[in-house]
Amino acid sequence: MAKTKLLSFEEALERFEPVIGLEVHVELNTQTKMFSPAPNVFGSDPNTNLSPTCLGLPGSLPVLNGEAVKYSIRLGLALGCEIAERSGFARKQYFYPDLGKNYQISQYDDPIAFDGEVEIEIPSGRIITVPIERAHMEEDAGKLNHVGGSTGRIQGAEYSLVDYNRAGVPLVEIVTRPIFGGEADTPEIAAAYVSTIRDIVIALGVSDARMERGNIRCDANVSLRPRGNEDAGMSVLGTRTETKNVNSLRSIERAVRFEIQRQAAILADGGTITQETRHWHEDTGETSPGRPKSDADDYRYFPEPDLAPMTPSRELVEELRATLPEHPTTRRRRLRESWGFAALEFQDVINAGLLDTIEATVDAGVPPQTARKWWTGEIARVANERGALSAELITVEQVASVVALVDAGTLNDKLARQVIHGIIDGEGTAEEIVTARGLGIVSDEGALIEAVDAALAQQPDVLAKIRDGKVQAAGAIIGAVMKTMRGQADAGRVRELVLERAGL
Amino acid sequence: MTNTGAASVIRMTAAELAAELAAGTISSVEATQAHLDRIAAVDGQLGAFLAVDPEVSLAAAREVDARRAAGGSLGALAGVPLAIKDLLVTTDMPTTSGSRMLEGYRSPFDATAVAKSRAAGLIGIGKTNMDEFAMGSSTEHSAYGPTRNPWALDRVPGGSGGGSAAAVAGFEAPLALGSDTGGSIRQPAALTGTVGAKPTYGGVSRYGAIALASSLDQIGPCARTVLDTALLHDVIAGHDPRDSTSLRHEWPSMAAAAREGAGTDTLRGLRVGVVKQLMLDGVQPGVKAQFESTLALLAEQGAEIIEIDAPHFEYAVAAYYLILPAEASSNLAKFDSVRFGMRVLPEGGGTVESVMAATREAGFGPEVKRRIILGTYALSAGYYDAYYGNAQKVRTLIQRDFEEAFSQVDIIAAPTAPTTAWQLGSSSSDVMAEYLKDATTIPVNLAGIPGLSLPIGRAAEDGLPVGMQLLAPAFEDARMYRVGSAIEQLITDREGSPFWANAPAIESSIPGKAAE
Repeated sequence: MAKTKLLSFEEALERFEPVIGLEVHVELNTQTKMFSPAPNVFGSDPNTNLSPTCLGLPGSLPVLNGEAVKYSIRLGLALGCEIAERSGFARKQYFYPDLGKNYQISQYDDPIAFDGEVEIEIPSGRIITVPIERAHMEEDAGKLNHVGGSTGRIQGAEYSLVDYNRAGVPLVEIVTRPIFGGEADTPEIAAAYVSTIRDIVIALGVSDARMERGNIRCDANVSLRPRGNEDAGMSVLGTRTETKNVNSLRSIERAVRFEIQRQAAILADGGTITQETRHWHEDTGETSPGRPKSDADDYRYFPEPDLAPMTPSRELVEELRATLPEHPTTRRRRLRESWGFAALEFQDVINAGLLDTIEATVDAGVPPQTARKWWTGEIARVANERGALSAELITVEQVASVVALVDAGTLNDKLARQVIHGIIDGEGTAEEIVTARGLGIVSDEGALIEAVDAALAQQPDVLAKIRDGKVQAAGAIIGAVMKTMRGQADAGRVRELVLERAGL
Repeated sequence: MTNTGAASVIRMTAAELAAELAAGTISSVEATQAHLDRIAAVDGQLGAFLAVDPEVSLAAAREVDARRAAGGSLGALAGVPLAIKDLLVTTDMPTTSGSRMLEGYRSPFDATAVAKSRAAGLIGIGKTNMDEFAMGSSTEHSAYGPTRNPWALDRVPGGSGGGSAAAVAGFEAPLALGSDTGGSIRQPAALTGTVGAKPTYGGVSRYGAIALASSLDQIGPCARTVLDTALLHDVIAGHDPRDSTSLRHEWPSMAAAAREGAGTDTLRGLRVGVVKQLMLDGVQPGVKAQFESTLALLAEQGAEIIEIDAPHFEYAVAAYYLILPAEASSNLAKFDSVRFGMRVLPEGGGTVESVMAATREAGFGPEVKRRIILGTYALSAGYYDAYYGNAQKVRTLIQRDFEEAFSQVDIIAAPTAPTTAWQLGSSSSDVMAEYLKDATTIPVNLAGIPGLSLPIGRAAEDGLPVGMQLLAPAFEDARMYRVGSAIEQLITDREGSPFWANAPAIESSIPGKAAE
């Protein structure tokens, strides 16, 4: 691939105003699929979670999953949307082998949720309100696996296999209106927006929200317009490109930045932008052209005759509204203030995805800073080493039990780390590990005194220094005692004993 | 019945046969075998069946006999053979919908109407021929050859359900299942002298029916008498959680309504509407004469005949031939070779797109292609409002015309088809003229109301059966069975014998073996 010509980000912004629009697909984690009783499960063997409807077998019909409707309404409400009193499904028609029926059941001109807004916060602390045009329901397609060829892409493949397990998984597609005024923050705004959508669906419990599994997928529309149109709103917009399936927060930021620089270089040279879909390449950090896209794409939408329109009662909508959790942005602000974390400390917690875990740990009686220290420290280190998620290694209750032993003086931090390793390795409860590994702090004064006396006897020069008033020299003796006691002593008590036995 | 020989068994109505079965004077195996023998003898000439599997049918019959012997509770039609239109998917026999595209296809599930019939103890005796994907009015558009009309083997049986109608008219089965999108049950019934009903839209589940036009398709019963049709209707009706468009409604017994109708001694107070727009210009004289004589018979019995104006029916054919192809083009998109059915590999291999294209080119017949192209065009960007959108508006206007009509009358009567059965191969190459023949049946599907066709005699000029259709408001299916049964009784009384007493004999195509 020839190196794409780019303008520097700074120069691009000087000459053009970036405008973005984001489409986020969220896979709902309902028990069954959107229109069939087939299970909605990730990671099964290919073509095992199927019903005749998933394959579009002759005579099969779709039946709407009521749970998917409720999840979609809750998500719509959390996005500040209106919920349509009447909203129907439509067939979006195109031939592609990952679509069992060669049409996708989607929504066209009457989405279930519309006209919302989402408040997001970027790391600098700037708060932006992102306008939501609509959130509509649709079914996911199957997955094509291209076999042969080196890239895993369709080009050069010998043949392709289709896995219909994903076909019919319920999706909500959330579409923003154009986002103006992002300026140099535009790439960060894109990432923060998707991150906030992820937080919202996690808080609602409507999706597994694992971006690496495609539970959340983002298409980023980027366009530039010449300076001087800042107040023009929608009346002046540059030609946009749509970068498809950018599936990590970092990639979204990079892809938007790249498109701004790429388009700016073309426009600066007097060129024009081709309206098209583009693909993001994680390895090269570039986008490349996909198929040309025009507004004339003809999906031959028409109302789905196999399904009646949805007419959720206002009572149901209000009932669902009452179940909404606190908005993630509000919740973060509240927790940061109540925990007294520094901005950077709090950001680390967010980035590590540990907000819920730490909140639960604090609820279990652990002081916030202590909870943060364990989860972002030793536990995160082990999780990272093992390529696992912290929460898969150890529970909030187990961490709280270790902290309780530290508070009781049974463990110091160093011993506590060992106990945590023991718990992670499945050796039992904290107490059992303390006993089994013999890790408790030795509180037997006789044994301690014996160790102190032995250390003093072995290092008479140090003893002399202590007696001469050089109290800091006691450190060497304390170290020796701790070594003898294999760390299982309270360092403070050892110090007292050293001074005492030295005759001070 | 004292004579339970094979000849009389196949001549029995389903109700008579069911009574013999219940009384134990005949077994289901015997009844099934008699019909299988009849199929073996005459279907070479009729071509009503696409699949027959005696082992499968006899096994089902044995099971019903065993359940009966064990004293188990059985449905009213248990043990009676049933022919099944080939667009209803079945696990035990292939399903092709009359298309090469699905040659040899086996469904992993049964259509709900089939499953309900099985649960009621009916014996599936075979899959019947039809116009490919139910597109046609003569069954000549079947990829597997035409079906012939038992009344005159050089004539069509109508369509698309010509196979089911011919099977019943040819005494190959007392009952059959059909589907009616624009008349595919009622028009073949009229052309073969049988009875066929299109229930209220949503009255019978469409699950397992290979969709033609989802918003118009309706599964329904066919038989030789109104009562038999009603009995089968009762078996297949009701809400199905697998079909979102099936109605949650407590349906009254259609059989009870039919029995009540047959016992009526006066029609005083019944208001019968005759829609001006359904009396087409080109109606065959013999059809018109029989229709008018039946109206006269009704009037004699005290019914009031009222002329009705339905101004928007004029646009019905145009609207129908936009909505149907539009939905069909979408419903038939799944036939692409990827997951099931025919697969044609273009020379020198190719992409998935070229395989799909080659398969669809080879697998679909010309009428199917015509309608896919029409429908694809009608739904295209920029044309949707003018075509599909306006057609839906016409549909609403036709519904209003019916509502207005039913505020004045209890039931509407019309000739089911403008002509009797025509010569095989004589269908006009003028597609528009062919489509216009459905003008009498189509408004019913557009409005979603029920319609029933029953034989009212034969045309003087050709001796072929003439049908009358009775139309009732949505949910009032029982009303058309009540009135239909009364008319059937009146005509029998007038003629001195049931319509089927004068059925034509069909020569056995097996040398040395009598057909009956």
